[in-house]
Amino acid sequence: MTIEIPKIAYAGKIKEIPLGRGENIITVGGESCCPFHLFEGAMPHPPKIAMEVYDRAPEDWPDTALEPFADVAGDPVAWARKCVDTYGAEMIALQLASTDPNAEDTPADEAAAITKKVSDAVEVPLFVFGSSSVDKDTEVLKAVCEACEGKNLIIGPLAEGNYRAIGATAIGYQHTVMASTPIDINLAKQLNILLGNLNVPDDKIIIDPTTGALGYGLEYCYSVMERIRTAALVQEDERLQFPIIANFAKEVWKTKEVRLSEMEAPLLGDQKKRGILIEAMTAQCVLLAGADILVMRHPEAINLVKESIQDLMIRGES
Amino acid sequence: MGLSGIEIFKKLPKTNCGKCGVPTCLAFAMKLATGKAELDACPDLSEDVKEELGEASAPPVRTVVIGTGEQAIKLGGETVLFRHEKRFENPPAFTLLLSDKMDEAEISAKLTKFKETAYERVGIVLRPAMVAVKGESKDTSGFMALVEKVCNDTDAALVLMNEDTDALSQAAKSCSNRKPLIYAATSENVETLGSLARELSCPLAVKGNSLEELAEISEKLIKMGVKDLILDSGARTAGKSLEDQIIIRRSALMKKFKPFGFPTIVFPCEMTDNPMKEAMIACQMVAKYGSIIILSEIEGHSIFPLLLASMNIFTDPQRPMAVEQKIYEIGATDENSPVLITGNFSLTYFIVSGEVDTSRVPSYLLIKDTEGLSVLTAWAAGKFGADTIAPFVKKCGIEEKVKHRKLVIPGYLATISGELEEELPDWEILIGPREASHLPAYLKQLKIED
Repeated sequence: MTIEIPKIAYAGKIKEIPLGRGENIITVGGESCCPFHLFEGAMPHPPKIAMEVYDRAPEDWPDTALEPFADVAGDPVAWARKCVDTYGAEMIALQLASTDPNAEDTPADEAAAITKKVSDAVEVPLFVFGSSSVDKDTEVLKAVCEACEGKNLIIGPLAEGNYRAIGATAIGYQHTVMASTPIDINLAKQLNILLGNLNVPDDKIIIDPTTGALGYGLEYCYSVMERIRTAALVQEDERLQFPIIANFAKEVWKTKEVRLSEMEAPLLGDQKKRGILIEAMTAQCVLLAGADILVMRHPEAINLVKESIQDLMIRGES
Repeated sequence: MGLSGIEIFKKLPKTNCGKCGVPTCLAFAMKLATGKAELDACPDLSEDVKEELGEASAPPVRTVVIGTGEQAIKLGGETVLFRHEKRFENPPAFTLLLSDKMDEAEISAKLTKFKETAYERVGIVLRPAMVAVKGESKDTSGFMALVEKVCNDTDAALVLMNEDTDALSQAAKSCSNRKPLIYAATSENVETLGSLARELSCPLAVKGNSLEELAEISEKLIKMGVKDLILDSGARTAGKSLEDQIIIRRSALMKKFKPFGFPTIVFPCEMTDNPMKEAMIACQMVAKYGSIIILSEIEGHSIFPLLLASMNIFTDPQRPMAVEQKIYEIGATDENSPVLITGNFSLTYFIVSGEVDTSRVPSYLLIKDTEGLSVLTAWAAGKFGADTIAPFVKKCGIEEKVKHRKLVIPGYLATISGELEEELPDWEILIGPREASHLPAYLKQLKIED
């Protein structure tokens, strides 16, 4: 009996976006099929992982997450180098958490100086995240754009309330932007239209649809990603044909379940393995929903996910 | 699926007798078409019509039950490719593999862990579902002894696995009253096992070495009258397995291809020796269409996240999950602990309680029933205003637990604080942060004692 594979006709294609610059450019996107559906389309650039670096020594991380970075915490340059040299990071995601007005409220120029140092210290593409405070991010990310002119950083989140100011600055200094909206396909599309109206070039936009952790709203993010991806490929919705980033490590590592020790919750098993698997499985789910870039923390979770991407990129024999 | 209300109506008796609970046959037909009524509610249908309509209205992936009683596991019944199209129906059954090659101590330890592993979340109990007993040694008596031990030790639904058809038949007969899944019919033994499954009324797994072979065997079994099948395409790599699962599901849904209209069985345990990687592959299959997922071990650190993933993917996207309305005590609370209130959308509860936990400030969290809506939506719908919050605060019993009268409301509800102070004259209303992530900083600076 011959099996005729019921194929889906994909009329659309995800745009290819070059990240970073020079010899170290990494291209993401370019898919012409649903994630890993290699029997009916192509995925020329397998998903990539950006390793998190923080601008300050983390205060509230469980030891299991801090342990790999204990020697570099508080020194973002050393931290970023360790990610590249020791853990082979393909890309770095600098989280400017200390700029949060509810935290240290680090001023914009200081944050820009830190970012500049990190961007000078590593060659790989650099993502820079503000604290998601609309007004503060405007100041911080504008300063970052200026300080790192021409480096094609990927900066965000650009939200409804600040996309104009940051977007315009990003174009001026030749950076890529992450358009961030709260788990809603229509809002995501709307912001991409607005960025287009602002003349942000199409090869400078990444969609950040917001990602929660496994057990903490992941189902909403998963479905929004699947809808964005199918709308882009099947309905040919041109303003959704951008690569998707999933920034979930910070959500995963603050959940109760990664913090409980095995003593406190024996049925939850080994605390370290549990945290690693919650992070890695969150990644596994969003990969299958359509994420192109994952922002991750634990080196062992990253290794598991890298292996998973490799395995899914092989159609294989049974 | 498939038939419209009008098409169904043509087959009904058109007596408008109302015995089905609906006034007219047309109304009943409409309900049938949308899956909101059962055929059996009509007392006047002939068996032929019942069969015809039953087949036409059955989901494209058959619902198969393994096991009996409270531990019975329902699989399949799926009608969509993506959860956002409607919803996924039956979450996968995580299944522990036990082999007659394992020593007794290992088997006992694994079974104990299997039985004690259960987690409660939003009022739902999550647990591994079944035990697979595999005969790998040539010794039938050892296999039979293991089947007996497992039967005596747990009520869980079973999968019986053995390449030796005689041993498999013997085991299936010994516990057929528990409706185990018989694994598996192949090209070589399809007649024998097909007859056995029919005779014992047990579900039967089908294993092909390719999708083509799988379809051939499955078709043969359908012709033999075996109704409850479970499909194994033979894929033993992550990539191939993803492809096969998608093709099987699509064939059933898009082409109504009967041989693939059944739940599937997958084997992460045979795809790697690394337990962490095995868990990752299992997670892939939760999202993409594995129904029975066979695991080499049940360990809290891997089965808990897998169960979470399964709960996330199989949640009905059209109905928000809600938690119980009550006072939640976070940390070692006392009469001076802060009191916060929010709605009962499960995600709101998880995030807010998580942040309060992170703050290490012991607090009372009042969860008010907002019908699973988030704070702003509930407020807009009139379910989370001063008029409903006030009576809840008075009645919930928090006034006996704390000696202060300060209530922290979500930042997004700042506009109702004046109204709420009027409704709750004894209370001072404090406006908390808009985002839960700012709660730790807020709680740390909060002064309860004057």
